[in-house]
Amino acid sequence: METVKQLIYKEKKPVKVKSPSLWKQTYRRLKKNKLAMISLFFLIFMFLLSFVGPYFSPYILDRTDIAYANRPPSASHWLGTDNYGRDVLTRLMMAGQISLTIGLASMFLSIVIGAFLGAVSGFYRGVVDLVIMRLADILMSIPGLPLLLIMGAILSEWKVPSEYRLYIIMIMLSVVGWPALARLVRGQILSLREQPFMQATEVLGLSDRRKIFHHLIPNTLPLLLVVATLNVAGSILSESALSFLGLGVVPPTPSWGNMMDAANNYMDFRKRPWLWIPPGLTIFLTVVSINLLGDGLRDALDPKMKR
Amino acid sequence: MKQYVLQRFIQMIIILFGTSFIIFFLFAMLPGDYIDSNLSLTPERAQELKALYGLDQPMLQRYFTWLGNVFQGNLGYSLKHQESVTSLLNKYVWNSFIVALLALFLTWTIALLTGVLSAIKQYSLLDGIVTFFVFAAMSFPSFFISLLFIKWFGVDLKILPVGGMIDTGSNSTGFAYILEVGKHMILPVTILTLLSIGSLTRYFRTGMLEVIRQDYIRTARAKGLKESVVIFKHALKNAILPVITLLAFELPGLFSGAIIMEQIFNWPGVGRIQLESVSFRDYPVLMAFTLFLSCLTIIGNFLADVTYAAVDPRIRLK
Repeated sequence: METVKQLIYKEKKPVKVKSPSLWKQTYRRLKKNKLAMISLFFLIFMFLLSFVGPYFSPYILDRTDIAYANRPPSASHWLGTDNYGRDVLTRLMMAGQISLTIGLASMFLSIVIGAFLGAVSGFYRGVVDLVIMRLADILMSIPGLPLLLIMGAILSEWKVPSEYRLYIIMIMLSVVGWPALARLVRGQILSLREQPFMQATEVLGLSDRRKIFHHLIPNTLPLLLVVATLNVAGSILSESALSFLGLGVVPPTPSWGNMMDAANNYMDFRKRPWLWIPPGLTIFLTVVSINLLGDGLRDALDPKMKR
Repeated sequence: MKQYVLQRFIQMIIILFGTSFIIFFLFAMLPGDYIDSNLSLTPERAQELKALYGLDQPMLQRYFTWLGNVFQGNLGYSLKHQESVTSLLNKYVWNSFIVALLALFLTWTIALLTGVLSAIKQYSLLDGIVTFFVFAAMSFPSFFISLLFIKWFGVDLKILPVGGMIDTGSNSTGFAYILEVGKHMILPVTILTLLSIGSLTRYFRTGMLEVIRQDYIRTARAKGLKESVVIFKHALKNAILPVITLLAFELPGLFSGAIIMEQIFNWPGVGRIQLESVSFRDYPVLMAFTLFLSCLTIIGNFLADVTYAAVDPRIRLK
């Protein structure tokens, strides 16, 4: 008897075919995209390098040693030392923590603000929509870099301490980032709210909050994921430009952008390329990987793009 | 159509007001100004100067005074350069404009060609190379690529000047002057082109890919038309349509993209003046320039929407 039961079970099991979830399908498709996978692994490597790497460094971050200043790359200092005798590689890793954190945190903030405001304005339409979208239009019509420059100047005028600037820069970047996201989410919500499943939520008598957060926003997640990925790349670029100009993260806190500030000094620029080429290259490689990954995600998530 | 234009026009006016409001209040948030940071002034003299420039009045009043002045073409007075912002802008904007225009032309020509080519030969080696370059160009920090180019072409190879618009101490005229400026322009124009070419190529490629899958293209081929006619006459016309509206955004985009490039190349354009005014706290200039760029963007946006609606009736019927 038991063997028969087992047989039935054995036969039944493969019959229960559950179609894989959207995320599993996506991952399967993404795995076929070699470029996107290389990018993903590179990004994981960058994270490990930045957040775990410093523990393996024999050098202490801010220990200055004038006797060892301006050494070219060697076996003991792989990327040389800077004007204060600090190890460039260690600083690069610590700067990675700051730059990656700023990129991710400002992305999360933009997404939270953008998705919320976009969903609300697409769901309620009318006056709410008008106010939110005009505000987004206004913010989008001031070009990003000048807007960031002004906000950076305000930060410097207010003499915000170096360790707090970081957080304000995250907020600044999300101020610049949310309008485009809100517009995108709003467009999605406008078409989603006309679909039958939303009529079902109406029949069920769900509250607006539940409709928005449990039914509408989750449906925009695939799109949000792609935009969020690309948004991180944009934030890292903006932060580095701002820090390079001395209006973003300021020393002693290292960031990839302000490490490149060395190139503003003609001697360092000409004679000591190890001071500014590694951070520049790191920014470039990180941003390229994020863009490629985002592009791969877009292809993997959008069935229409399957060609 | 008329109603659509009118609707968009009113929207544009509202956005223009909102933008000027935000820009003004951002600057009003600044606690210091050129007078405060100038230590050689006595407190009485500083007070006098503030009254002269109207800096001691309440914020809202200052906004309307400022806006009224802007409408009369008076954008304020640069405290550092000791001349009106309008004449300052007029003096430097053309230097930026010429670089931006040349970069615009190059960007569009190259992006159109590579975008269309990589779309017709999708997944070919050429497409792969183009896609790779597009992503690289999109991901380069502007300051890093500028510095690299200066190092390679200016410092190491010594074939191009490292910055400025003319050689130091040069007083060439006529054709020699044009040649000299042209030589100094090569790197800035190349970099601006590189920075904006990526997204545009992508747009052309996607637009073209969408169009060449449509039935009317198959019909055109079935009629026995030459492939070049199918692509360039039938497909390109429709593929280019959504992209053409981007043209209106490009110029202000190039101006703001040029800020860092101008600073690094020491190019005497508005971008460099703007960055300079950040460090000298010369806020009227910064404010005027930001307003100028925003207005360009808003008006460009409006023109783009209107032309798009004019050529594509589907838009205005929505």
